[in-house]
Amino acid sequence: MWSLTPADLSALWITVKLAVISTLLLILLCAPLAWWLAHSKSRARVIIEALVALPLVLPPTVMGFYLLLLLGPKGAVGGFLEQLGVGHLAFSFSGLVIGSMLFSLPFVVQPLQNAFSEAGGRVLEVAATLRASPWDSFIHVVLPLSRRGFITAGVLSFAHSLGEFGMILMIGGNIPGRTQVASIAIYNYVEAMDYQGAHQLSSILVLSSFTLLICIFALNRQAKVTQIH
Amino acid sequence: MSLQLDFRIHRASFELNVQLQLPNKGVTVLFGRSGSGKTTLLRCIAGLEYQADGKLRFNNQIWQKKTFCLPVHQRPLGYVFQEASLFPHLNVLKNMQFGWQRVHENKRSVQFEEVVQLLGLGTLLNRYPSQLSGGQRQRVALGCALLTSPELLLMDEPMASLDSTSKADILPFLEMLKERLQLPVIYVTHSMDEVTRLADHLVYLQNGEVLAQGPLQQMLTDPDLPFISTGQASTVLQAQLKSSAITEDYLAELTVEGQRLFISQQDIPRNHLPRNKQLQTNTHLADTKPSGDAGSPIRVRVMARDVVLATSPPQQISLLNCLQVRVMDIRDDNNPSQSLVRLALGQQIMLARISRRSITRLGLKPDQQVYALIKGIALN
Repeated sequence: MWSLTPADLSALWITVKLAVISTLLLILLCAPLAWWLAHSKSRARVIIEALVALPLVLPPTVMGFYLLLLLGPKGAVGGFLEQLGVGHLAFSFSGLVIGSMLFSLPFVVQPLQNAFSEAGGRVLEVAATLRASPWDSFIHVVLPLSRRGFITAGVLSFAHSLGEFGMILMIGGNIPGRTQVASIAIYNYVEAMDYQGAHQLSSILVLSSFTLLICIFALNRQAKVTQIH
Repeated sequence: MSLQLDFRIHRASFELNVQLQLPNKGVTVLFGRSGSGKTTLLRCIAGLEYQADGKLRFNNQIWQKKTFCLPVHQRPLGYVFQEASLFPHLNVLKNMQFGWQRVHENKRSVQFEEVVQLLGLGTLLNRYPSQLSGGQRQRVALGCALLTSPELLLMDEPMASLDSTSKADILPFLEMLKERLQLPVIYVTHSMDEVTRLADHLVYLQNGEVLAQGPLQQMLTDPDLPFISTGQASTVLQAQLKSSAITEDYLAELTVEGQRLFISQQDIPRNHLPRNKQLQTNTHLADTKPSGDAGSPIRVRVMARDVVLATSPPQQISLLNCLQVRVMDIRDDNNPSQSLVRLALGQQIMLARISRRSITRLGLKPDQQVYALIKGIALN
């Protein structure tokens, strides 16, 4: 029923790769940040929290624009990498990952922060009086208790990356096979009045996202049920 | 005296300044109103209060000194929090194994099964904390703490958030624990009932400072402390229950300072009854050692308002319990019509609250021998 072109397939592949990589990296990097936000009494917390939430309110094009300046050959980061011989990050897959991570940051930090603040305080004190070192408590108490937070963070980040458009257009350009993701390919089809092509990619995104969400929520529910019995 | 502590905490709304030496056996109760600093002090001892400045030495181990502070998880203590704090993602068995597994085999001083049996947890092991009642949860929390083979047990108002049924569910276990395990306990409460049932040593805290401390009876009868001026003024007598001393008419005979007291057999806590006379079979208590004939110690609480004084032994009277005592002193009570009489019973002290008119009428004065008739006895 679907007749996908090689370009469609590569756009889908890049989309999935981008979503998986940026989600995994985000969870790894955001866990310590979320822990700090959940437990720190520092005054800097307010500022960091605001910074983390900034991608929620800024138009993706604004972020994409500044990121392009920063990561491009003349930007601070891009220029430095250029000097090292690595090459700048504008219009590259790595640039896309960075943009995507920034874009999904609040969607990962906030669920983790909530989970950590619930799994902190008293439970940690109990673990300590039961002879668990801080690291031991984190692995055996905090992580299991915040599993739902991790799942929520992962799902939100993944889904959010799938649908990203404006920022990717800015930072990644629209290079088929390298930085062209499904959402941009769909836009191209619509621009070219090829509604059949747009339908194909769009329906695949709808179905796969829906299936993914069902699987995750079902797993999560099952885990909850076994916990009670 | 083997717990020495010296703590200071300065906060905007609260100051703690406590120097104490506490005994290394029995139950020490930290008593005071809310805000008196008793929970904070307990948390200092556990090492949970990071802002605390001070010194803490337990037996020969230094737990805190200047900049050194032994991390909580390295202190050989058990802690029972006010609201039972079990790990919600683990069932009872795994909750109890949590601390147990983290103590090296060579350092374990209790058996896993022993604790399960002692606290009657056998049927609960597969349940999750959300499926337990408040009293059961607190029993499991106590089990978790005991399974770390602690050298010191800290309990922060373990019954404060329980209804009276749940309290009745756990109090006997605490009393049994006291008898069965040679484990020093520091227990925080503001309930007089728990004090009289559990305390051996009492520390009275007020506004973050120690107002007084000492053995229970001495504290309860100290004229300078607020205990005697309340309507609940009472004393706790140390008595002995002879295992053979249950009479044909269902009374049990106690001895206190060589004199006899009778109480209803039904009122005796089950763990004090000799095995063949247990009223109900109760599996987790069945292994309690039968008391020897030397008598097993039992605590008797006598309210000051339940004591009647007479200058000669009354004959035609239905009251069973009459002790020969000596008047120590007579003080005014908060109620202007009443006086509070302290009575010496051997080495122990009793209180009687009687009207001033009776004092005058009987001509009571210090050092006089009188008869104390006891209307009601609460057994602990």
